[in-house]
Amino acid sequence: MRVPLVTISGAVAPPRRLETTRSLRQLRVALPFMLPGFILLLVFVIYPLIRGLQMSLYDWNLMAPSQSTFVGARNFVRALTLDPTFWVATRNTVLYAAITVPSQMLLGLGAALLLNAAIRGRPFFRALYYLPVVTSWLVVSYVFAYLFTGGLGPVNYLLVNVLHVVDQPIDWLQETWTAEVPINLLGIWKGIGWNMVIFLAALQSIPADLQEAAAVDGAGTWQRFRFITLPLLRPAVLFVSIMLIIGAFNVFLSVYLLTGGGPEGSTEVLLSYMYTQAFKYLDFGYGTAVGLLMGIAVVTLSFLQRRMLRGSVQY
Amino acid sequence: MLGIRELVDRAQGASRGGRTGPRWTRPLVYALLIAGAIIMVTPFLFMVATALNPERWIMPYPPTLFPENATLANFERAWNEAGFQRYVLNSAAVSSVTVLLTFVVATTSAFAFARLRFPGKELIFGLYLVTMMIPDMIALLPKFTVLRDFGLTDSWFGLWAIYVSNGVAFNTFLLRGFFEQLPRDLEDATQMDGGGPWTIFWRVLLPLSRPALATLAVFTFLGSWDDFWWARLLLQNPDLRTLPIGIALFFNAHGTQWSTVFAATTLAVVPEIVLFVVLQRYFVSGMYAGSIRG
Repeated sequence: MRVPLVTISGAVAPPRRLETTRSLRQLRVALPFMLPGFILLLVFVIYPLIRGLQMSLYDWNLMAPSQSTFVGARNFVRALTLDPTFWVATRNTVLYAAITVPSQMLLGLGAALLLNAAIRGRPFFRALYYLPVVTSWLVVSYVFAYLFTGGLGPVNYLLVNVLHVVDQPIDWLQETWTAEVPINLLGIWKGIGWNMVIFLAALQSIPADLQEAAAVDGAGTWQRFRFITLPLLRPAVLFVSIMLIIGAFNVFLSVYLLTGGGPEGSTEVLLSYMYTQAFKYLDFGYGTAVGLLMGIAVVTLSFLQRRMLRGSVQY
Repeated sequence: MLGIRELVDRAQGASRGGRTGPRWTRPLVYALLIAGAIIMVTPFLFMVATALNPERWIMPYPPTLFPENATLANFERAWNEAGFQRYVLNSAAVSSVTVLLTFVVATTSAFAFARLRFPGKELIFGLYLVTMMIPDMIALLPKFTVLRDFGLTDSWFGLWAIYVSNGVAFNTFLLRGFFEQLPRDLEDATQMDGGGPWTIFWRVLLPLSRPALATLAVFTFLGSWDDFWWARLLLQNPDLRTLPIGIALFFNAHGTQWSTVFAATTLAVVPEIVLFVVLQRYFVSGMYAGSIRG
């Protein structure tokens, strides 16, 4: 039997029974295609989210979930009002986003502009810049731990013995603010290539005659950058900034491997704190609440960004 | 400042039509590009240089990118370390099956949303889009308990369930976008010849989608090859461990022997870099597909 893939809706509404049989027929065709993915999404993505909402309202008993005590919003109240480490983790996460997101975007855009200007060797440079993106967080975290070793590490050698900008080797990973340096530098370094590739693609989709026409009309370099290139990059900027902020809030493994959240929880970020609460103190209810608070923040942020940067560009 | 102006001018593509700026802007472009490339590559060079260092116990001082008496002994030691080869094979198996399962799930879903009509379609696709916005790590703990309830801890099935389902929304979204761009003429012709949706899906759409599928494969493979958290949370049995877990254990056991640790990480990174170099264009096209639709 031939199944029409495209149905044409007529001007006259069909009788209800016909419509039901048509729906059923469509479903019979579509379900085998749609169900595997939809079931996975329901069972392993949506159900855990609902389960998380539930868990966050309990003093969750990991061994015997049915014996968990309902505590209402107490986990959330605890995080927001009673737990200074939660706010330290929030501060570090927000700081990480505030530092790494703009830096990556600016450096990535800069690299893309340079590559767009380079006539030869473009694939070569693109590959080198992209190398940190494809290597695993685990490996590059260890590499940065090595580079920023206290005492005789390469970065200390560079600063003390080569550049002479500091007198004493720095114990990078042992103190809060010095530990933030490698954590943030790693985030920037690893992300530049990704930004570059997207901005380069966006730059190359800008028609060259647009620039030339503006030049003929007497528009200067900055004017053309400000009024042609930048507006046309807007969709890319929106996409990149949303992805990067989500990514920045997901910072976890590098912190876990570089400092383990220490000293005394002062470099903890939200996800590492969630993890500590769950697997060190076995407080799954509280850990889930921390995760959900972070989720709410991320979704709100992306929503706001979308509103701010929306608006189509026409040319 | 005039120099920077010329630079930006050229970068914006105004000169692509043949007009060239002063001769010295080009050297400046390359100088900056090379400086950037050095910063991007140096950490890797340190990793490899340390792995080649014959001293097992002492950090080379002063730090050098060209160790004297370079040796491959560290690679040999890492490769023959208990479990290392097993971890590599495990990771290869886990990642390959993840790619295969992702193909099955994502292509069929994307076909349904791109080409079929059925009641509730828009609503369900909206659900896919919403879940894409939510970072999956926030549900780490509930997902862990759900997997435990299903008895999927300490097995690769748990990993596959997580890897495939974490990617299902985004991959469906990406492929649906790709399918929708394909011309419908061939499908119409197939339909005229009596071909049903399976024929269209299998014989028309999939063969036309090779570039998109390659992109999907690359990112999915790397995602599961790199995953640390799920493998660490789910796998207890040493025989099932994947490479990232192996490396972390290795680091915990030999943390002070950087040369051995970095020999192991270099070995772990090689497949990623080979994959990237061979399939570079798919990396780029995949990212671009994401960016124009975002």
